[in-house]
Formats: sequence, C-alpha cells, structure tokens
Amino acid sequence: MTRQRDDAHALGGSTTTPRAGRAGPKVSATDISVFYGEKQALFDVSLDMPDRAVTALIGPSGCGKSTFLRCINRMNDTIPGARVEGRIILDDEDINDRGVDPVLLRARVGMVFQKPNPFPKSIFENVAYGPRIHGFASTKNELADIVESSLKRAGLWTEVADRLQAPGTSLSGGQQQRLVIARAIAVSPEVILMDEPCSALDPIATAKIEELIDDLRSQYCIVIVTHSMAQAARVSQRTAFFHMGTVVESGATDEIFTNPRDTRTQDYITGRFG
Amino acid sequence: MTDAALTPAQAAKARARAQAEARLKRRYRAETRFRFYGRAAIFLALAFLVVLLGRIGTQGYSTFVDYRISLPVEISADRVDMADLGGSNFNLMVAESALAVLGEEDDVYGEASSEMMAILSGDLGFQILDRLREDPSLIGQTITVQGPMKANASLYYKGQISRDTEIGGRLLSDRQLDWLDELRQRDMVSGGFNWTFLSRSDSTEPEQAGVLGAVVGSAMMLLVTALLAAPIGVLAATYLEEFAPKNRWTDLIEVNINNLAAVPSIIYGLLGLAVFINWLAVPRSSPLLGGLVLALMALPTIIIATRASLRAVPPSIREAALAVGASRTQTVFHHVLPLAMPGMMTGTILSLAHALGETAPLLMIGMVSFVPGVPETLTSAATVLPVQIFIWENASERAFHERTAAAIIVLLVFMVLMNLAAVLLRRRFERRW
Repeated sequence: MTRQRDDAHALGGSTTTPRAGRAGPKVSATDISVFYGEKQALFDVSLDMPDRAVTALIGPSGCGKSTFLRCINRMNDTIPGARVEGRIILDDEDINDRGVDPVLLRARVGMVFQKPNPFPKSIFENVAYGPRIHGFASTKNELADIVESSLKRAGLWTEVADRLQAPGTSLSGGQQQRLVIARAIAVSPEVILMDEPCSALDPIATAKIEELIDDLRSQYCIVIVTHSMAQAARVSQRTAFFHMGTVVESGATDEIFTNPRDTRTQDYITGRFG
Repeated sequence: MTDAALTPAQAAKARARAQAEARLKRRYRAETRFRFYGRAAIFLALAFLVVLLGRIGTQGYSTFVDYRISLPVEISADRVDMADLGGSNFNLMVAESALAVLGEEDDVYGEASSEMMAILSGDLGFQILDRLREDPSLIGQTITVQGPMKANASLYYKGQISRDTEIGGRLLSDRQLDWLDELRQRDMVSGGFNWTFLSRSDSTEPEQAGVLGAVVGSAMMLLVTALLAAPIGVLAATYLEEFAPKNRWTDLIEVNINNLAAVPSIIYGLLGLAVFINWLAVPRSSPLLGGLVLALMALPTIIIATRASLRAVPPSIREAALAVGASRTQTVFHHVLPLAMPGMMTGTILSLAHALGETAPLLMIGMVSFVPGVPETLTSAATVLPVQIFIWENASERAFHERTAAAIIVLLVFMVLMNLAAVLLRRRFERRW
C-alpha cells in the first residue's frame, strides 16, 4: 500500500510471524534503577519484551510501571532530576548509549498516554506532524498517503475521512485516543508504549482500542501499562507484575493469571490488595 | 416500640432538621452578603471611572471647538519692508484692519491696536507673511485671511469668561468684549471643530498648540519599545521556561526579574540617563532614547507574562510532541509557543500600554522640553503625550488647562485603540485552536 507499511516490515526483520511470546526479545531491560532526585522509584528491574506481542505491566498505583515504561523511550530524560541506571537493549543497541539520540529513539519507540493528548490542530496535521519533522514524505501526496494508511490502521479512517481538517480535539475521547495511536504509527515505530490508554475511556471505546491493540500486535512490539486485570488478560501475551519498584513476577499471561508463583501476585490478581 | 420510646428519637430528628435548616439559611445569607459586596465593589469602581471620565470630558471637550475669524486685511506698502519681510509688524496691520472693519481707529498710544492684537491670533500675521513671500505683488491689495481667535477670546465665546466678572479679575477689557460681540454679530467669527489641536504641535500660544507632535513622538517611542522589548522578552522567557536548567543561577535570575518588575520607573530614567545618554551618547529627548528606557522597563513585565502563559500550556502537549520524536526546540516552536501566543500578546500589549502612559523616566532623560515640531526621525527631539500633558498642566495660561484635559482624552483614545488591537490580535491567534 505505502512505503510505510514496507518500512514497518523491514524494521520488523523476517516476514514470518513468530508465535507471540516465543521470539527473542525486541526490548531487553537489565537492572534498571530510576531515581527522582533522592527518591528511588525502580530497583534493578529486568524484563524482556518480545516483538510482535503485547507485554502488559500490571501492579498497584505507584509501583513504578509507568516509570519503567518511560525508560524505554527515554521520556524520563525530560524530567528534571530524573536519573536512569541499567541497560535497555533495543534490537542490538543500548538506548542509553551516548551515541543514541533520544529524539531519533522516540521515532522508533512511539508512545500513547493515559489521557488522549491530540495537538490542538487538525486531524490531518496531528498525524502528519511526525512524518513531516522526520522527513518521511517528500511530496504532499506521500504525506497524505501516510496519514491515510495510519488512520486506517488505527481504525479511525472511516470515521474521519470526510473531515480531516476538523480539529483533533473535536473528536470523542475514544476517537482521540485512536487518533493519537495513528499519530504514533505514522512515524513507523518498532515499539509502541501505552500508558493506561483506556483509563479515561468508556467500555465501548475501550473495546475498540483493545481490538486495535490486538490488530497492531502482528507488526509491533507493544508494551501496555494497565490497571485492569481483565484488560491485561484480554490483550497481552506476556505480563509483568510490578510491586514497590521491583518486578515480582513475569511470564506468559496465561500462566501469571492461572498459576502465579508469588503470593503477592496471587493476592493482587484475585483483588485482595492494590 | 412504644410511643414513649419514639418521642425522644423524633424530637432529636426534628432538632437535627431544624439545625440543618438554620445552617442552610446561614449559608444562603453569607452568599447573599458576598454577592452584595461584589456588586458594591463593582459599582464603586464604575462610579470612580464615571467621575474621572466625566471630569476629563467636561474639562476637555471645549478644546475641540475653536473660533476662527475671517478678516479682510489691507496690506499697505508703508507697513511692509520688502527687504526685511520677517521684521515687519503684520500683527499691527491685522489689528488695524480689524479696527477699520469695526469703524474705529487706533489712538496715538496704540492702545486700541494692542488690545485688538490680544484677541486675534498671531497666526493671522504669519499667514500674511507667508503669502507675501510667495507673491510680493500682493502689496497694496486687500486680502482675506482666516485664522483662530486668541485663546482668551475663544474662552469668552465658549462662555468661560463672563462680562459679569469684575474688570480686575477677568482677562479681557470691556472694549475687547464689545469688539468680540460685534465681530460675532457681523458673522466674521464662526465656531467649528478644532482641527488645529490635532494637526499642530506644541506652541507658546494655546490657540495654536496641538498634540500632533506628541502623538507622533509617542508612536515612534512605542515602536522602538515594542521592537526591542517584545522579541527580547519573549525569547528570554521562552529560554528560561523551556530550556534553561533549573539551578541556583536560574533561580537567582528569576528572583531578579520579579524584583525588576517592581522597581519604580524613575529609576529606569536614571539608568537611561547614566547609560544611554552619558555613556552611549544617544541623543537626548529623542524617541529612540525614550524607547530604549521604556523597553528596559517593559521587559520584566513581558517576561513574567510570557512565562505565565508558557506555563499554562498543558504538559501533555509537550509530551505528545516529544513522544513522536520532536526535538525540544521543535516542541517549543511548533506547539508550545503557538498555544501560548494569545497570553503572550496580551501581556506584551498591556505592558506597552503601560509604557505609553509612563512619564517619570522620560522626565529624567530630558523629554520634558518644549518641542514645537513633529519629530522627523527617531533621533530628533520629541515629546510624548503624557509629558505634553505634564507640560501643559504646568502652563499658566488658562486655555492650556482645557488643552491638558483634551490631551488626556487623546491619550485615552490612543490606549483604547491599542487595547482594541490587542483584542483583535488575540482573536486572530486563538482561532487556531
């Protein structure tokens, strides 16, 4: 369809679709510790996130799952006083290396936030912004193609095709969140981070986003932070349970939910705390 | 349960309800009271405004009417020395013509003519001089000149000098008043809109004084201030808010900027005197100098307003831009600044309006001087509206007092226009959601 999809394939490596959860890790974090000034938020967290699968990060509020997520695209760099230790390997590269530019990294690792945050610009501009600043399109038609294919993959195209010039903020909450996902997809990322993407949405909009996540899984490495146990069970193949800045347990979602090894995981999953 | 057991419980319930109702009533009373205070405050503020504007209006409106005479003047050859045109006494010639029209003659001491000169503007004489310079063949002919009456005569026509006042207490003699009535009856004098006030600059004669020089001076000075203060202020604020590391130095800078905003404006005048005049030798009394000083004064306010509007941009927008791989600069210039633009412009224009009305620092840098012309360049001597008001307020002639009020009206109109521009610009930029 467009060069963009080709890009996504090229970046993903082989064209065969490995079974989720069994491929080598796309992102591999080792001994990650994060400090906000004096306060330590993460303690030696190690976690592998496979390609073409959804990894869910669950845990009670303040356990450090969002902090961990923000390490993967180095968004913590933007917080004054934040310090990250440890190694995060994306493909074969340590993203905290001095040679890695965080701006380019964020084009490879897209992010979707808890509250839909479209730019106060038109729907078209929202999606076109990323490709434009990265120089992905040399002509207006190419740019329009990228916008169209991104909106299609985010499942929003049929709803907004006739009003691309309307403000992105005029959409409903669920549509805005899909617009934001389209915006992330438009720069052909390899990894998509989602920080509680459905917590501000109603159940119908949530269902649509979950469906979309399931579709996107075939092309991207997706890491999602969620408060909803049911959502983690529905959309993810792998789950990591965070507690007080550490990973208590991680593994295949089926196993975590049916047969947790740690009692804290069991208590949390069954709703006894958190 | 028995009746005896129920009654205390019911009583307690009733008591609780009564208390709740009393609380509710108190709450409503407090709310009503608060509303009353608010309305009273607004009423008081409006009353002060009405009194202020009313007073300025009633004092100043008469300036916008002036009385002009249309007088045939015989240019007799023996009164004009072509070798020294400027040295000829045209005012006397005009006075004699006016006396002739009224059927009177000058006395040997020239008292009648000098009294006549005191009610006709010197502008008439200058007009004859100008026309003679252009066309010397006018000598011996009778030409009709049109010009303003002296300010005191206009005051009489406006009813501000009354015949009932004792002679010692009024500015015009009985004979002058008779002449003025006669001229009016002969329809040689007519009242009209005072274009002179808007088209001329300061003058020692009130009837020839206008605000044009001051308006142009104000506009030029404000241009310098805006061109300097707005970009520097916005850039400084953007750097401090979006790029600068938060450490002891930036804290120190922030504290100092906040303090500078509270420094009395006359201190900026002293600074301008020491730095711009004594050290950098910027021409005194020029719009450039005034603009430089006022730019210094406006900077802290602009920086503070800009930082506030930058801070008001939700962090989610910054995160959104960073997350698609925009650099910090791209984030700021593509997303944050456009969103902060309306607030930034309001702050900037308000501080410029403030600068427009500033007088004290300008007194320190020599702008308080008699400037009878319109400034031609940024470095020529100029005066500005607030200083013009200050100068006229100090003038002894009564007609300058109404001009003071009129100049205040012009200054207020200037400010209203600026604020209007601010509102329109704001609207334009806000449309970009």
